[in-house]
Amino acid sequence: MPWGLLKYGFSKKYPARQDIPPNKELKNSYDVIIIGGGGHGAAIAYHLARYHGITNVAVLDKGYIGGGNTARNTAVIRSNYITPESVDFYKESVELYKQLSNELGYNMLYSQRGQLTLAHSDASMRTFRLRAEVNKQCGVRSEMVDREQIRELVPCLNLDKNARYPIIGGLWHKDGGTARHDSVAWGYAMRASQLGVEFHQRTEVTDIKQSNGRVTGVVTNRGTVNCKDVVQAVAGMSTIVAKMAGIQLPIRTFPLQAMVTQPLKPFVDPLVSSAALHCYISQTARGEIVIGGGSDPYELYSTRSSLDLKEGLIGHLLEMFPFLSEVKLLRQWTGMTDMTPDYSPIMGETPLQNYWIDGGWGTWGFKATPIAGKRMAETVARGRAPDQIRPFSLSRFRTYHLSNEAGATAASH
Amino acid sequence: MKIMHCPLNGPRNISEFAPGGEVTRMPEPSLTSDEAWADYIWMHNNHAGVVTEWWCHVPTSYWFIAERNTITDEIIRTYPASQLYTERMNFEQNAENK
Repeated sequence: MPWGLLKYGFSKKYPARQDIPPNKELKNSYDVIIIGGGGHGAAIAYHLARYHGITNVAVLDKGYIGGGNTARNTAVIRSNYITPESVDFYKESVELYKQLSNELGYNMLYSQRGQLTLAHSDASMRTFRLRAEVNKQCGVRSEMVDREQIRELVPCLNLDKNARYPIIGGLWHKDGGTARHDSVAWGYAMRASQLGVEFHQRTEVTDIKQSNGRVTGVVTNRGTVNCKDVVQAVAGMSTIVAKMAGIQLPIRTFPLQAMVTQPLKPFVDPLVSSAALHCYISQTARGEIVIGGGSDPYELYSTRSSLDLKEGLIGHLLEMFPFLSEVKLLRQWTGMTDMTPDYSPIMGETPLQNYWIDGGWGTWGFKATPIAGKRMAETVARGRAPDQIRPFSLSRFRTYHLSNEAGATAASH
Repeated sequence: MKIMHCPLNGPRNISEFAPGGEVTRMPEPSLTSDEAWADYIWMHNNHAGVVTEWWCHVPTSYWFIAERNTITDEIIRTYPASQLYTERMNFEQNAENK
């Protein structure tokens, strides 16, 4: 190494950049405490500080920033849902993702290359037609494509008519894309902490104190902290944290298994997904094939992987791309998904006046990170949920007004 | 391969079984408010730890009870539903007596 470079390393004029300052002492009280330092928690904190002037905020995480299910998703961003309320919601999220690198001055590696969902049955074709029309109505770019168009989009796809589940058509969603999930959490956390938000890692909330229908503070492994408002944004742990506040949720927690292959030359541009085969893939900027979405058949609070499920997932992958059988797997992992009965999130008010929930994110949480941050910050700042997330309120279950989102992930239907 | 012990068929591959949700007592529909009924339908304990659940051995359509740990993925024990449900529940009769 040239000696000239080394002097910069020791120079006080060029200190090392510290994105997120190390833990300080916890203060006695904050305006807002956010439980969960994933993408959602960091995004809520950023929006509170940047757009609502609320900077006396602490984000508490029992692990490290972005180390939970933010790091375990498969980074799909899209808005081709089926209910108008969801399409509008995720459409705005895609818009926010598009300019997120500029907003935060942090490279999200956002790449909008379209998502192709495959139909293997007439029933899927009917649903896709409905989705395409609802999407167009809401200003989202989705259209039906036939086998020839599919061949043009993904030439290496197995379009054999004698396959076990032959491909008969598809839903082409030009707004689909992907981004680097760690960058999303770090970018939001870095900018939020520059605006005065405190991030406290390895700070586990063990109880939530309340009196007269209001939260007064949280108990952590580093002491008790008082606050005016609490937001929970803890994917995979929503039920457990809500229980501390005495709130029951309509959530069941399932593991979701995924994996990546060794890097290959670029050969597939769009994200490709098949609901019937419960499998979706995308090729990362590094060339790895991300293979997603095997939901375990029964509930578990575990991030263990199982050979059965990986075998099934790979079997389905090889139906679509038989030539990948020679490729080696590089990594495999599991995330935890908080599944709701209607595949929509739970956002906004809870039975406690100043306790706000951002949960039930099942397999659709990453793509909603920016919009969830924006809307939840609005909710906390104004003391009520904005109209855009009213359809996702916890109270919808009491009144049977479910928002049945059949356009949710291919993995679990 | 994970093995589950079916009380009727003995040890079988877990892929032969389907989970049926936590064992809960159904409230009597005619005596239950809409809100309480909604809670019964939608809300889940989603407990992290040992849970008692309905499971079905699909090839034989045999429903039974299993206790398993949702953190360690261990099946602790399985037994016939008759051990929990010793008599038939009759909601119709209760509704008439209301």
